[in-house]
Amino acid sequence: MDISTVVNFLTNYVYYIGCFGLILIGLYIILVKSNLIKVIIGLSILDTGVNLFLISIGYIKKGTAPIFSKSGIEAKNMVDPVPQALVLTAIVIGVAVLALALSLAIRLYQHYGTLNLRKIREQKW
Amino acid sequence: MRKLISFILLAVLGIGIVRPLKKIPFGTPKSKVGKYYVNNGVKDTGATNIVTSVVLNYRGFDTLGEVTVLFIAALGLGAVLTIRTGRKTKEKIEKASIVLSTGCRFLFPFILLIGAYIFIHGHLTPGGGFQGGAIIASAYLLVYLGCRGRRVSEKASSVVESLAGLIFVIVGLIGLSVGGYFLLNFLPKGIPNSLFSAGIIPIIYVAIGFKVGSELAGVIDHLMEDT
Repeated sequence: MDISTVVNFLTNYVYYIGCFGLILIGLYIILVKSNLIKVIIGLSILDTGVNLFLISIGYIKKGTAPIFSKSGIEAKNMVDPVPQALVLTAIVIGVAVLALALSLAIRLYQHYGTLNLRKIREQKW
Repeated sequence: MRKLISFILLAVLGIGIVRPLKKIPFGTPKSKVGKYYVNNGVKDTGATNIVTSVVLNYRGFDTLGEVTVLFIAALGLGAVLTIRTGRKTKEKIEKASIVLSTGCRFLFPFILLIGAYIFIHGHLTPGGGFQGGAIIASAYLLVYLGCRGRRVSEKASSVVESLAGLIFVIVGLIGLSVGGYFLLNFLPKGIPNSLFSAGIIPIIYVAIGFKVGSELAGVIDHLMEDT
């Protein structure tokens, strides 16, 4: 395990490492934090990590965007369009879920006067 | 205690994720479906942006479901936030300075124009209905933050939203009655890389742009109203 193999591993898998870092950070926030706003932020970070993972699965080395905007572009250099289409829809859903969660947080704060999940009696786990 | 349990859970998850990932090398072509779409997309649909042709033609029904999810989320947000609970007296809104409000009013039509450009050219360039709709909603956010006191009329936004959704479904149903399946591309495909090409794709994307724009503007409106 010398230094070149480590560098090689990092350059090959840096996207995977990044997106799973994001996913695990988001999960940790959701599990540990007790402030509801922080939990929602963790959900958003997890969402970003999943989107990045899907995109990086579809990536092809030295690939171009799947758009035939000029005549010289060849189909064999293009990245996979299916994960991009899925992520396009997943981002919109993520925004909608975030807005809904924030509205519920506003209502909870108005009702209980706190955002601390351990102080809200029915929310204990 | 909670932290310890979560760390153990995360470690187990991490090991479980990393081991299968070794079989998915980064940066190599993987799916045959994507290859097929890239090779035959322009011929099949007429749209030069392959992502758009996947979203609206190959998987158009999926997109209809997703637009419905967005609609239901906006509806739920409105339902949660409009229940009135012993409202306090409204605080007086301080007026914005003339520079700020004039600048906002100056920028507003240009942002709308960029949004419209992006969703009209969704089948040719990067972008599309969802992105253009988000840009249009950001124009409304600018107006809410800059020139206080102005708002979207709720009736107009709901009318636009319902009409756009109806257009999507009606275009799909016309395809069903003409050719036998939902969202059939019944219009001529035209010359690739021109504005009037790709059959029904630009029509549906314009409808989605209006729908997403009005929905997100409504979401912003509700959130601003209640805070």
